[in-house]
Amino acid sequence: MTNGLLRKVYSLPSEPLAVEFRDVSYLASGRPILNHLSFQVPAGQTLILLGRSGSGKTTALRLINGLLMPSSGQVLVGGRPVSEWDLIDLRRKTGYVIQESGLFPHFTVERNVGLVPSLLKWAAPEQGARVRELLDQIGLPHAEFGRRRPGELSGGQRQRVGVARALAARPGLMLLDEPFGALDPVTRLELQRQLLDLRERELITSVFVTHDVREALKLGTVIGLLNRGELEFFGSPAEFQESEGDEARRFLEVLK
Amino acid sequence: MIPHGMLEDLGELSLEHLEMVFIAMLAAAAIAIPGAILLSRKPRISRWGLGFANILQTVPSLALFGFLIPIPFLGVGKATAVVALTLYALLPILRNTLVGITGVDAAVRESAVAMGMTPGQILWQVELPLGAKAILAGVRIATVTTIGTATIAAAIGAGGLGVFIFRGIAEFDTVQILAGAIPAALMALLADELLGWVERRVA
Repeated sequence: MTNGLLRKVYSLPSEPLAVEFRDVSYLASGRPILNHLSFQVPAGQTLILLGRSGSGKTTALRLINGLLMPSSGQVLVGGRPVSEWDLIDLRRKTGYVIQESGLFPHFTVERNVGLVPSLLKWAAPEQGARVRELLDQIGLPHAEFGRRRPGELSGGQRQRVGVARALAARPGLMLLDEPFGALDPVTRLELQRQLLDLRERELITSVFVTHDVREALKLGTVIGLLNRGELEFFGSPAEFQESEGDEARRFLEVLK
Repeated sequence: MIPHGMLEDLGELSLEHLEMVFIAMLAAAAIAIPGAILLSRKPRISRWGLGFANILQTVPSLALFGFLIPIPFLGVGKATAVVALTLYALLPILRNTLVGITGVDAAVRESAVAMGMTPGQILWQVELPLGAKAILAGVRIATVTTIGTATIAAAIGAGGLGVFIFRGIAEFDTVQILAGAIPAALMALLADELLGWVERRVA
């Protein structure tokens, strides 16, 4: 009885988690990587952190799940400073997708996707159901792909599995670091559409790092433009397209 | 041709030989695998750890057996031999375990942390399984060398197949030398095959 109740509670979607940067700076061996960033991402929004290589966008992303800690200022997730979260707990509530997928090569697709639910000790039937549901949604049906190893998948398939793994435990927040950066344009478009679909189904806040302005405009509800560690622009995609900032215009130039 | 009693001796000395190697390997693995795990967490110390094991390896084996004799509680015999063999076996296991663990793909390690795995979970579910092949290769290399080196143990009265070899040398008796050398070589080949098989099974 209690068990059944608990199981239900596990599978409820988490509340989407808001993200806030309060005057955040980050120094790496004395060199400033991020300079006094302040911004807010309301729960349920998708922030695109846009910038060139070396602009500090990946660093900003890693501050959100505590892979890095700010040199000064505060990062808040769900209204609570990251420094006050139990990091293991925060990370289990935060999906994370990176360019090289980072799937465990010795785990099957099924076990990879089910990893965080298993860390959270979800009951086996529920884990299985969730894994099946996600694999169906990303177009890699369980019967065919569940028992394969990541090494037996194409790059695009691996990235899809990476996204499914990040979503498995119904996180309130998802962090994506150029997840589609290494894919061919066609697969990339497919995965972008799929991500939009998934976003509608799963109530979730996302922070998505990219250097691709088209991707930013397509996926973002909010865009933050980073230039050498400074936040040059922060606002809606429509506002971004009207932006007069130097770096913003350089990025918009790409669209012409 | 084969002197009377040699076959009985052969069985006994082979067992003695195996026993020394087996205990030494267990001890070496028990020290070197956890040691390498610790070293993998402290890159700055890991150079020192490896350096120390490297130095042990460069001490000529006969000298190492000799050095240990004056140490209290060891003296002449099996205990000293086992300690010396253990010290010798440390380096290959230590080095291979370190390579296996630190060789885990950076993206895999990063995702493991980012998904909220604890350091213990990362060790048992990611680092050790992915490093297993390298670790086992280290154990295999160490075992094969130790079987050879253990023949020298007879020089300090520890027994084993080296007894035949040393006696054969003293008596200019080739048959006795071969009676020690051939079984030792076969034992090494067999161990290599067996552990190689385990290694392939794991991969």
